[in-house]
Amino acid sequence: MSAAEVAVGVLILVSAFLSMAAGIGIIRFPDVLTRLHAATKPQVLGLAVVLLAIVLQAPSWGVLTTIVLVMTFQLLTQPMTAHMLGRAAYRSDHVRYDLLIEDDLGHDIEEHDQEADAGSR
Amino acid sequence: MTYLGIVSIIAGIMFGIGALAAVYRIIRGPSILDRALATDVLLAIAICALGAEMAINSHTDTLVVMLILSMFAVVGSISIARFMAKQDAS
Repeated sequence: MSAAEVAVGVLILVSAFLSMAAGIGIIRFPDVLTRLHAATKPQVLGLAVVLLAIVLQAPSWGVLTTIVLVMTFQLLTQPMTAHMLGRAAYRSDHVRYDLLIEDDLGHDIEEHDQEADAGSR
Repeated sequence: MTYLGIVSIIAGIMFGIGALAAVYRIIRGPSILDRALATDVLLAIAICALGAEMAINSHTDTLVVMLILSMFAVVGSISIARFMAKQDAS
């Protein structure tokens, strides 16, 4: 059993643990924004460690370039998803306002509405 | 039993728990945004499980599947979130 094989096993277990943590978090957390926090763990770090395990197990330039592409596309697209889901959750009142410590977007929308009212007069 | 065999069993149980939890949230989810989010999590777990299977069996056949999934996973959730109506509380 080589050191690379031990590392591959540990990395796979880290990814599996993050997936399980996301599943438990998505059940236990109370609203969309907090579930969004739990959901991003396997999407970024879980995928990163499992891709590292693949390149340790089959080290070649073709595999390395492909996993860099996979990680790039994941890092490009998942923030878009999270942004759109969070925005839709705020706009459609799926946010538990009593759990928020500070509602920055609410302040900004209020200020913008006041400026628009002042401008229309 | 080999080292990677034991790792594959433990990892399979963990991936299974995560996927079942995501399916539970898809069924129960109070709003459609929760369901879209849980679908994303299920897809991420599927991508991670594909990669773990490749690393355990040391082949690279499904690397292209991971690439395509990571490129097009974004379409579903964004279209749901984009056309979410304000009064839709179901």
